[in-house]
Amino acid sequence: MIEKMIFGRYIPGDSIVHRMDPRAKILFVFIFIAVVFVANNALTYGILLGFTLFVVFLSKIRLYFLVTGLKPVFILLIFTFLLHIFFTREGDVLLSIGFIEIYEEGLRQGIFLSVRFLVLVFITSILTLTTSPISITDGIETLLGPFKRVKLPVHELALMMSISLRFIPTLMDETGKIMKAQMARGSDISSGPVKERIKAVVPLLIPLFVSAFKRAEDLATAMEVRGYRGGEGRTRYRQLDWGFKDTFSMALLVGLTAVLWYYRT
Amino acid sequence: MDILLQDVGYSYAKDTPFEKRALHHVNLHIPSGSYTAIIGHTGSGKSTVLQHLNALLKPTEGTVMIGERKIEEGTKAKNLRDIRRQVGIVFQFPEQQLFDETVLKDIMFGPLNYGVPEEEASRRARELVQQLGLPEDVLEKSPFDLSGGQMRRVAIAGVLAMEPDVLVLDEPTAGLDPRGRREIMDLFYRLHVEKGLTTVLVTHSMEDAARYADQIAIMHGGKCVVTGDPVTIFSNEEQLHDYRLEPPRSVRLQRQFEEKMGIKLDAISLTEEALAKNIAQALQKGRDAE
Repeated sequence: MIEKMIFGRYIPGDSIVHRMDPRAKILFVFIFIAVVFVANNALTYGILLGFTLFVVFLSKIRLYFLVTGLKPVFILLIFTFLLHIFFTREGDVLLSIGFIEIYEEGLRQGIFLSVRFLVLVFITSILTLTTSPISITDGIETLLGPFKRVKLPVHELALMMSISLRFIPTLMDETGKIMKAQMARGSDISSGPVKERIKAVVPLLIPLFVSAFKRAEDLATAMEVRGYRGGEGRTRYRQLDWGFKDTFSMALLVGLTAVLWYYRT
Repeated sequence: MDILLQDVGYSYAKDTPFEKRALHHVNLHIPSGSYTAIIGHTGSGKSTVLQHLNALLKPTEGTVMIGERKIEEGTKAKNLRDIRRQVGIVFQFPEQQLFDETVLKDIMFGPLNYGVPEEEASRRARELVQQLGLPEDVLEKSPFDLSGGQMRRVAIAGVLAMEPDVLVLDEPTAGLDPRGRREIMDLFYRLHVEKGLTTVLVTHSMEDAARYADQIAIMHGGKCVVTGDPVTIFSNEEQLHDYRLEPPRSVRLQRQFEEKMGIKLDAISLTEEALAKNIAQALQKGRDAE
């Protein structure tokens, strides 16, 4: 299961989305997050969903993979959907079984919220799936560049981010390894009664923390040994290149906003 | 307990873009009571095979027979606990699995999970600590206060305390000093003989494979390409070379000796001791002839 998780993973590829400037992609995602809230009826949500699927198509990432990889998110999604269905009491009653009454507005809100959530998760996942952690960090660092004037430690923030992104897969692998070692000693977190599983968390978490701290220390030493002194005067090997497709993606986003604005009620 | 791998294939992260084929049609028979060494170049699939031996991984193709149990792709996770008690695995860098407050509790963790009574588990822990050459007072210490070598021994004790029938070792001595290596490997061998264990050793060390094993399997590119006894395997240097392996040091020294001296020793020397004996014999023979 763990190896199917896709948070923070990067799949190398050569689609148009992969080749976009990371700055454009990050800007795109942030603007998109705001734009999502413009939608407020069936048509506009439909447009949003269609647009998102179009982006997924462009990124050449298989929808099936995206869906299986985001399984944990769907559990959350279903939960919020049910909350809305049961607790919104507006509009006509659609269905009543015993004391459970489902209202029209509840269903509407439930579906809209789920679509909104889904669209956001898809677009942000596409960002991390098509952009290597290094590019993301480079992008964020340049985007935040202006804030250096107000003494914001931009380089350090970017570094922290890239380190945490970099270590997600490592820690995942390690979790898998320790899980197996403890399973071999008869403590199984992935099956058995809930009480047993909760008990199995401690033998998993403690070794994980121990090794995470050790890794952090090793990394700090390794950086210091190689003379790392922060971003001051540091030049870059990878140059960012804002091209036509990046401008075009921004235009596409403006277009989407305009359409949504026009059709919203 | 016999372990039989039949036509086993395994892919990591199946059905995702990260899918990676690790094993192709592996056939391997580990007879009960044997000491089998699995050798091969880095990335040849050794560690993946190892995880099939107690159903931590289930084959995506083919079957694994562990004793009477048959493990296939769809085998349910239930009832695998029993197999895991019978087949103990010492993973690479096992000290990473230590977690409990005291060494004693950590060693007792495995046995208690399998329903061994507390007194018995504690008795085993005390005995093992002694066998592994750790000081008695280590039992009440936190495992995180120990030295690397001691942590390794404690972790090994944690696996041995389950008293498995089959002991699977994945590079158990990686990163230890030569003397510690030898001590631990000798201990495993002693247990193998005394308790009649079936032992599987996954290793990079040809010396260890030659010294202890009675069966050797060579893995190459996710396939189990050759199995045989150490004498046959290490006599065929060309074959070893094809799989990017070298014969053990003692054999290499024997070849150099033979070349320099222009005499052929009677037998292949799998250990330094055997080499010394063979050379002494050859010299004696030479002297007798004079």
